[in-house]
Amino acid sequence: MRGYAEKFLEIDLSTKNIKEIKFPEEILHDYIGGRGLATKILWDRLGRKWETIDPFSPENILLVFTGPLTGYFPGTKVCISGKSPQSNGVIGSTLAGEFGIDLKCAGYDGLIITGKAEKPSYIFICDEQVEIKDATPIWGKKARETLQFLVKKSIENIKKIKPNYGEVKEPSILYIGPAGENKTRVAAVVAKYAHGAGYGGYGGVMGSKNLKAIIAKGFGPLPEVHNKEKVIELFNQISRKNFEEMEKFRRWGTGKAGYEVGAETSAEPVRNWQEEWHDEKSFKGEEFDKYWIKKYWGDFGCPVTCLKLAVLKNGNFKGAICDNPDYELEAYLGTNLGIFTPEDNIYLSYIINELGLCGIQAGAVLGFAAELYEKRILSKEELNGIELKWGNIQAFAALAEKIACRQGIGDILAEGVYRAAKKIGEMKGIDLSKYAIHEKGVAIGAHGIRSGKDYVTNISYACSVQAGDHTSVAYIPIDHENSELQMIMHDSAVYCFFNTFKLEDAEIFQFYEAVTGWKLNKEEWYKEKALRILQLQRAMLLLGGPDAQWKPKIDDENPPRFWEPLPSGPYKGRMPDRKRFEEDRLEYYRLVGWDENGVPKPETLRKLGLRDVEIKLREVGLIK
Amino acid sequence: MSQSRGIWIERNYELCSGCRRCEIVCSLYHEGKIWPEASRIRIFMLVPGVEIPHLCFQCEDYPCIEVCPAEALSVNNQTGAVEVNVSKCTGCSLCIGACPGKVPHMHPEKNHIIICNLCGGNPKCVEVCQEGKWNALKLTSRKKDFSYKALAKTPEELTIETAKKLFGEEIAKEVWK
Repeated sequence: MRGYAEKFLEIDLSTKNIKEIKFPEEILHDYIGGRGLATKILWDRLGRKWETIDPFSPENILLVFTGPLTGYFPGTKVCISGKSPQSNGVIGSTLAGEFGIDLKCAGYDGLIITGKAEKPSYIFICDEQVEIKDATPIWGKKARETLQFLVKKSIENIKKIKPNYGEVKEPSILYIGPAGENKTRVAAVVAKYAHGAGYGGYGGVMGSKNLKAIIAKGFGPLPEVHNKEKVIELFNQISRKNFEEMEKFRRWGTGKAGYEVGAETSAEPVRNWQEEWHDEKSFKGEEFDKYWIKKYWGDFGCPVTCLKLAVLKNGNFKGAICDNPDYELEAYLGTNLGIFTPEDNIYLSYIINELGLCGIQAGAVLGFAAELYEKRILSKEELNGIELKWGNIQAFAALAEKIACRQGIGDILAEGVYRAAKKIGEMKGIDLSKYAIHEKGVAIGAHGIRSGKDYVTNISYACSVQAGDHTSVAYIPIDHENSELQMIMHDSAVYCFFNTFKLEDAEIFQFYEAVTGWKLNKEEWYKEKALRILQLQRAMLLLGGPDAQWKPKIDDENPPRFWEPLPSGPYKGRMPDRKRFEEDRLEYYRLVGWDENGVPKPETLRKLGLRDVEIKLREVGLIK
Repeated sequence: MSQSRGIWIERNYELCSGCRRCEIVCSLYHEGKIWPEASRIRIFMLVPGVEIPHLCFQCEDYPCIEVCPAEALSVNNQTGAVEVNVSKCTGCSLCIGACPGKVPHMHPEKNHIIICNLCGGNPKCVEVCQEGKWNALKLTSRKKDFSYKALAKTPEELTIETAKKLFGEEIAKEVWK
């Protein structure tokens, strides 16, 4: 077993007890790391009473995991997980940055954080030195101030540990903003500016634990690999492919998509998904380029560096700095709110990041509120005096602040689209579900299914174990590169899948073997390992939580708006076919070993060694 | 000013992508492992977006060599790089204090200093930066009558300077107070 630091840190914030733990080799062999291992640990520790656990209670466990390929595979990520306050299931939510590298160099594969700190705290890790420190001075502070404080303070701390070392390079930092502190369900865990893990809502879970930040600094090397020469060969081979074949992506990232790809696929949310097409050339990639001060920006080991850094140097919003909005944020903090100028879009992205909100989840709930205002369901008074017209940038910025701080109407909207629609609907006595574009509590990524021209299909969200997460979608065939069974590999071995577009599955498995020394092939992955992780995620998603439980099949459904024909654009009139959807859903159930209602079959579970899941699903009546 | 000689790695801080592939190849070449802290070139990121590749500036008067009480440091006559004789180095860290850029740092596990030796003439960091067309690092010949020492600055000084160039004076003050 290579590629692992071979120990994890378990930190109980309630008792301040910190210990190193190891997992048996078989567990790592089967569940890899990242999303897979997080799922396994959550099941083992919380599975028996899963449905009773409130994700914001101290009982929830926050997991911050690397994988065996983290640091070796070009392009690095870290995976955040726990019981999700959005879906009540498990979501493997990844973000880019060097945190995983520092953690492994410090000697740990991951962090298991339990309990709740008595007062605002942050975790400081410098090799074997691990401390829970006071975060009172930065509680309530926004992103930029939080980061500066923590960088300076940590360097001071490290210099004390290593007095004659020389200049100390900053550690890696994961943090939350006010949105996380206030336990909104739309808060991200963030690194740098807008390197966020938003799906799942783990920013709020950190907040519920009084945990403002996690800091890691590692002075050691990455762990040894099984076959160094092979790892270097594959690293170079994959890098070369990306240099040669990904030039457009390198140059523009996903940020040329707001106009160009959006117009082409006609799958981009416009004004809360009322449309999925627009012709605003003001939103072309070149219009964003003007604000970039870095055209190639990336994280550890990445050959693609698809990020760009945007700054507003003049005008009303002078001083805004942010990762240039990627396609998701161009959509959710742009077109979805009727915003079509890069300047406004960059500014709102900056505000969202400062508050620690997730751009997708917050953009979705802002769009939802704006449509309620447009339809006169919510008045200006009910919106605390905010005139929430499409394109009104100041109004959206003001409402985002209210959401992050749970003030006024923001307190309801902070619950996310699904729960806010239920609550406002109950208050008004009307069904608002047609305005709530979500899948099992998770606002859906900016890739609509109606035109049929994007990579997603009619069942992509409906059958996904990560619900609205556009990076992990259900797909037929299940061994396709778009399938979440492949994404489970990326999220469990933990690297950036933007570096895999030009690769064959085999190259990924070869890389895995070169690092770990363990053989893996397509058959074993798709028919056994990935499928096992998928069953566990499905089981916990169906078990749900105290405030929401999803019915199999009935809730494996698209949001009502996706069943309305597209009202405009080159694919006007298109919508998925109902009969075809039901057939595909049934076929998907069959392919992944679920019964005709979408419940994992006893024989599927037994074959995968998940007898305990069968017992639990029988106990709650899901398996009859 | 002493006779200039050898090669020099020119750095354009504004172009650094922050990919840190230079740290990977440097530590692989010198240590046989991926080991960011043992890399002779270190990317400092006190402010996200302001990534500073920090490595030896090869001052013309080599104050680090002057100050070393153990005669562990010497100039490579071909490249102009500072060579560390690890068997002589006592890890006293006086060279760090003498360096105008505070570039040398201790090996993270062993008791000796580490300084870029230009990989003997073909710096791996430059190769990998050029391969990716980032151009933050370029290999040049050392010019005569040019003060490389004047370029030597600490990571914090370079962060402030580069932030001003990237963000403009006013915003730069906000990001690093």
